[in-house]
Amino acid sequence: MTTGDLIGKILQVVIGLVVFAAIVGLLIFLMGRRVGKKRSWWQLLWFLLPAVLLLAVGLVWPAIRTTGLAFQDNAGNFSWDNFVWMFTQPSAIRTLVNTVVWVLLVPTFSTALGLAYAVWIDKSRGEKYYKALVFMPMAISFVGAGIIWRFVYEYRSAGRDQIGLLNAFVVAFGGEPVQWMQTDPINTVLLIVVMIWIQTGFAMVVLSAAIKGIPTEQIEAAMLDGTNPWQRFSNVTVPGIRGALVVVLTTISIATLKVFDIVRTMTGGNFNTSVVANEMYVQAFRASEVGRGSALAVILFLLVIPIVIYNVNILRKQREIR
Amino acid sequence: MSSVAPVDLPIEGGPDAYREAAEDTRPAARAKRRLTSPVATIAALVIAVLWTIPTFGLFISSFRPAELIQTTGWWTVFQNPGFTLDNYRDVLFSPSQSSPQLGAYFVNSLAIAIPATIFPIVFASMAAYAFAWMKFRLSNWLFIFIFALQIVPIQMALVPLLQTFAIWLRPGQEWLHDVIPVIPVQNYLPLWIAHTIFALPLTIFLLHNFISEIPGEVIEAARVDGASHSQIFLRVIVPLATPAIASVAIFQFLWVWNDLLVALIFSGGTQDVAPLTQRLAEMVGSRGQDWQRLTAGAFVSLVVPLIVFFGLQRYFVRGLLAGSTKG
Repeated sequence: MTTGDLIGKILQVVIGLVVFAAIVGLLIFLMGRRVGKKRSWWQLLWFLLPAVLLLAVGLVWPAIRTTGLAFQDNAGNFSWDNFVWMFTQPSAIRTLVNTVVWVLLVPTFSTALGLAYAVWIDKSRGEKYYKALVFMPMAISFVGAGIIWRFVYEYRSAGRDQIGLLNAFVVAFGGEPVQWMQTDPINTVLLIVVMIWIQTGFAMVVLSAAIKGIPTEQIEAAMLDGTNPWQRFSNVTVPGIRGALVVVLTTISIATLKVFDIVRTMTGGNFNTSVVANEMYVQAFRASEVGRGSALAVILFLLVIPIVIYNVNILRKQREIR
Repeated sequence: MSSVAPVDLPIEGGPDAYREAAEDTRPAARAKRRLTSPVATIAALVIAVLWTIPTFGLFISSFRPAELIQTTGWWTVFQNPGFTLDNYRDVLFSPSQSSPQLGAYFVNSLAIAIPATIFPIVFASMAAYAFAWMKFRLSNWLFIFIFALQIVPIQMALVPLLQTFAIWLRPGQEWLHDVIPVIPVQNYLPLWIAHTIFALPLTIFLLHNFISEIPGEVIEAARVDGASHSQIFLRVIVPLATPAIASVAIFQFLWVWNDLLVALIFSGGTQDVAPLTQRLAEMVGSRGQDWQRLTAGAFVSLVVPLIVFFGLQRYFVRGLLAGSTKG
């Protein structure tokens, strides 16, 4: 990188920020243009327009277009071929199964561990440091996490010193070292461990905040009633943080469905570890099978619809109460 | 009734309150002391250690000479001592063609992440305010629709968005390059726009949760004083929601920094634009056994998020917990 390159990069950021500030300034200026009866409508328009416009152009329209591409063959005619491929090709079916396993395991374990940890360290001395340790993986890029764990799973043939922690343990207990990343199906489980490791901190921070929001009176009342800690946890704490639990589970589920970087970095999707998000990238951008890639993206969308319907119902109830 | 509002949580005293509670002899206080059982403490310790070890091992390894990394476990560092900064020197500053040359990519990561945090947060807080405090028909439906967009996987948008950028953005990028030659044709703009779009559904949803928790009386009072929506937004909402906005901003910054997929599709993969994550993924693919480079490279990519995380953590946690919107 030369100095010229660096100047160019800084210049881009400065120009970008200045232009953006000008756009926001213009929006606020436009809001003040109308007075009288129509004023609030006029302001509403400018408040919503940037987000709505960007979403329409960058997400809604492309998603519709991708759905169209999924039902086309390479000549542009309507066909089911992409979906036929997905549900008849063994490798494609395996990708779907892996994705379902990921989505079942990661949110469950991350949330359970995060909640347990949040409860255990609640009000303990050094709570801040406990939190920081577990939350730290959240700050790590998935690629970085992939490298960290590839190192843990590293394999050296039997008889040599193991440099990967996991095989070192196996050997210490008298076992044979395993090529973790090449062994199906344990490799998928070990990749899932990485995602759980990352997401637990997020669950813990949000849930810990929610736990602290439960009125002390409730906890004290339960104590005076002579309940044991488990009853207090299940009858006071859990109902008190239900909203936070839903958000945590949803956020982690969505993140898990989109999981791509971990698989890409650790196995490249080989050895039967591919997931839908990774396969979509491979098909659309590596194998130039845009139709198949689009079909996989559509499947990804269908997989999350249940999560959304559930959440939308909760949301509607909330909005009606207001 | 309240959704996730980690923000409206009055913190029940700090560490001092805990100490006072320890000397308190009322039954409830005594029971509270019993909450922290030794079993829970041990379990928490085990998790904390398990969660730290993998990163710690990589960190130790990044300072060990290459041949030691390849032949001995990092936990034997006392039996096989060796300390070197060569790995970092190699990945950051070595001009040789075979080296990763992470310096340029580091700058790119920053140049992508900072604007890609600011843009969506500003637009999302505006939209969140509109949904929380402006009454209009279909507002609920539109909000639910945007919420549901969270789960439209970005994979669904990639191919068409790439085509859109090629048609509409490319001419502008070429023009900019002609006017200012130091800015390459392939610039950061597609990445900024893509990240902004993909962040909006979640950030709108989260900020809406915070902003709708602001007491209505405050906003009513401002309205009675004749404040317009833009004035309320700038003078009441933004100051009150700053801790919430900051915490969402931290998450967004980390998400953008973490991203590999958007970078792979929109960056072109050169030193001009590609972020650290993309370079690291390439290194794993092409030189997956160069542990001395991978360990140091991984830590170069971790430095900024960790600084952001630990530097802003107090602010972040305070923003999350201090009941900032409910005095």
